[in-house]
Amino acid sequence: MINSDTTILEKEPERAAASTPASLARRIGGLSDRAIAWLFITPTIALLLAINIFPLIWAIRLSFTNYRANRPNAVLENVGLQNYQRVLTDSDIWIAMQTTAHFVFWTILLQTLIGFSLAYLIDRKFRGHAFWTTVILIPMMLSPAVVGNFWRFLYQPQIGLFNYIVSFITGVPPSSFEMLGSVSLAPWSIIIVDTWMWTPYVMLICLAGLRSIPDYIYEAAEVDRASAWRQFWSITIPMALPFIMLAVLFRGIENFKMFDMVMLLTGGGPGSTTEVASITLKREAFESWRTGRASAFAIILFVAVFGLANIYVKALNRVKQR
Amino acid sequence: MKTMCRPLLGATMALGLSTALPSLAQADELTLCWAAWDPANALVELSKDFTAQTGTQMKFEFVPWPNFADRILNELNSGGKLCDLLIGDSQWIGGSAENGYYVKLNDFFDKEGIKMSDFAEAAVNAYSTWPKGTPNYWALPAMGDANAWFYRKDWFSKPEIQAEFKAATGRDLAPPTTWDELLETAKFFNGKEIDGKKVYGAAIFTERASEGITMGATQALYPYGFKYENTTGKYDMEGAVNSEGAIKGLEAYKELYKCCTPPGYTDAYMGETLDAFKSGQAAMAMNWFAFFPGLAKDENVGGDKIGFFVNPKQATAASTLGGQGISVVANTDNMDGALAYIKWFAQPEVQKKWWQLGGYAVHNDVLNDPSFKDSQPFAADFLVAMNQVQDFWQEPAYAILLQSAQKRFHDYVVADQGTAKEALDGLVKDWTEIFEDEGKL
Repeated sequence: MINSDTTILEKEPERAAASTPASLARRIGGLSDRAIAWLFITPTIALLLAINIFPLIWAIRLSFTNYRANRPNAVLENVGLQNYQRVLTDSDIWIAMQTTAHFVFWTILLQTLIGFSLAYLIDRKFRGHAFWTTVILIPMMLSPAVVGNFWRFLYQPQIGLFNYIVSFITGVPPSSFEMLGSVSLAPWSIIIVDTWMWTPYVMLICLAGLRSIPDYIYEAAEVDRASAWRQFWSITIPMALPFIMLAVLFRGIENFKMFDMVMLLTGGGPGSTTEVASITLKREAFESWRTGRASAFAIILFVAVFGLANIYVKALNRVKQR
Repeated sequence: MKTMCRPLLGATMALGLSTALPSLAQADELTLCWAAWDPANALVELSKDFTAQTGTQMKFEFVPWPNFADRILNELNSGGKLCDLLIGDSQWIGGSAENGYYVKLNDFFDKEGIKMSDFAEAAVNAYSTWPKGTPNYWALPAMGDANAWFYRKDWFSKPEIQAEFKAATGRDLAPPTTWDELLETAKFFNGKEIDGKKVYGAAIFTERASEGITMGATQALYPYGFKYENTTGKYDMEGAVNSEGAIKGLEAYKELYKCCTPPGYTDAYMGETLDAFKSGQAAMAMNWFAFFPGLAKDENVGGDKIGFFVNPKQATAASTLGGQGISVVANTDNMDGALAYIKWFAQPEVQKKWWQLGGYAVHNDVLNDPSFKDSQPFAADFLVAMNQVQDFWQEPAYAILLQSAQKRFHDYVVADQGTAKEALDGLVKDWTEIFEDEGKL
């Protein structure tokens, strides 16, 4: 059987060559392998340049100008580093960055703790664990637009289920607090929804990590009479750590640029309490139409995320090498 | 060679036909862009007459209000050809005139004998001119509108409620005529149980994302004496935007929000105030006149159950301006058709029918008609409001100016941050920076 498969595989290039139309074979016949490789990847590179690299370079260029997209006929002036200076000295932008940091920190912390705990439970392979895994994954399969609108209703102080559940547990009247309208509760309302939606994603990655730990390591620990607690801290956590860190990286990048959920739930309000950096950027670019300044802000955000992600990836690699 | 030529010829012909067909279709077709709301449906009805008279098919692009500015301004900025005609917000006129998005209509009006003196002066000034108050016309007044109030007339008429109100305040229960009375009335109704249901004092605008809270707060600021400038055209805002009166006005709006709005009312605009009123939660509510024909006909709260009143005065009488003019988009491929529509729409008979269908005509033949005041329960209030309207900045930079106002007002009124004075001082600072960037200061 193995021999037969090997024979088929060996013959595959010949068969592919034979099936190449004669006209095409003639045309590419004189090209080197490297040239053919370039021929195939050129469209992809061109597309990448057109939709990723060119806009990035263009945004860098605009960030040094006074360009406004709603005034295409206005004279374009170079303003040097003025846009960067204004962004970095704007107290509203720093408040938005603090709001973003608060949101990223708490969502990652909660999602990692709950996600890992769920993965640890699911990994016990109890009866019906496959069914419960699917059930837990449902929130992350939903569209953020659906989730946002759905939770707006849940948080409604007069008819919302969330307020009634809190009221049932604590005895506080349901209409006496507003999750989306209160300055102190609104940031937490978004953290709750994001955690509800994306904890399954973290759980899935952690589960992959837990399942990758070979059973014989635990068996050896059992032989050495290591306690369950000791096994958890000395085997499970270190070996699952690269996966946990990967989940944190993905969620960190995603939540740093969080836009849809915040826009749907609070629109950045009340006041500017939940105005994360991406919403400030959107307002600057598409409501205030200060395209040059918005480009500078976008570049600063990009550099910040890129820099942090790079440092993090290096740390991740170090953990993996241990 | 022959076999190659045939497909090539066929492809060329197909390409030629495919590019010619849209042009043919466009010649007798016009696309009119506006917001998606009640008056837009009336305009569809009205425009059937234009199609019958000219054979020009009308297409409509109606965008929901929260996305209206984003969608249409993007369209104009990108040089798109979606709209031949646009009923755009009054604040857009400065930018659209200066950026060449609208066609200047002076020569056309002169040629066709369309006189701006045939329309209400306040409407012409607000919806048509740029620079403000000069005879440079970029639109024909299409839809007069202002922010006003409606209330539960049936609740106000209940003898037991009237007696209770008299005992509590010492005056008769009636639609408020001052902001002090408005606050007092809202507080009286707030939390009261009527027909077995807890009700609230007033539903007002608090929306953050687009223009909601600014349109609501200015309804209090203007009567208390808020001005944009000390001297028109000088951008000298210190002492006008943050005057003593303006501070009191903003405090009054916050007081109304804090005391008397339904729970969860932190991000509410047109739809939410209508919902609060129609569901029997609010004794009073603010909204644009444009919605009043629909409210008056509403099965549950319309008819005898609803009453209307113009924005209460305080130091002065004032209302926040809404409404729009109709402009020809400079990028249109059907300039003649678009201008023909404007000419048709300006006719007094068409304007009369526009009012009958639910549109707010501001043609003097309609407004000065002796039967006008009694034609609708809110018609008299509309006349009063249109004579006392004040509009937000109509500068090319209006969008940035509006965003600053939205932030400052929402931070103070809804998020409880700082004082009214700090909010208005901050607004002066923001607006000064914007006008400096614009080279106007």
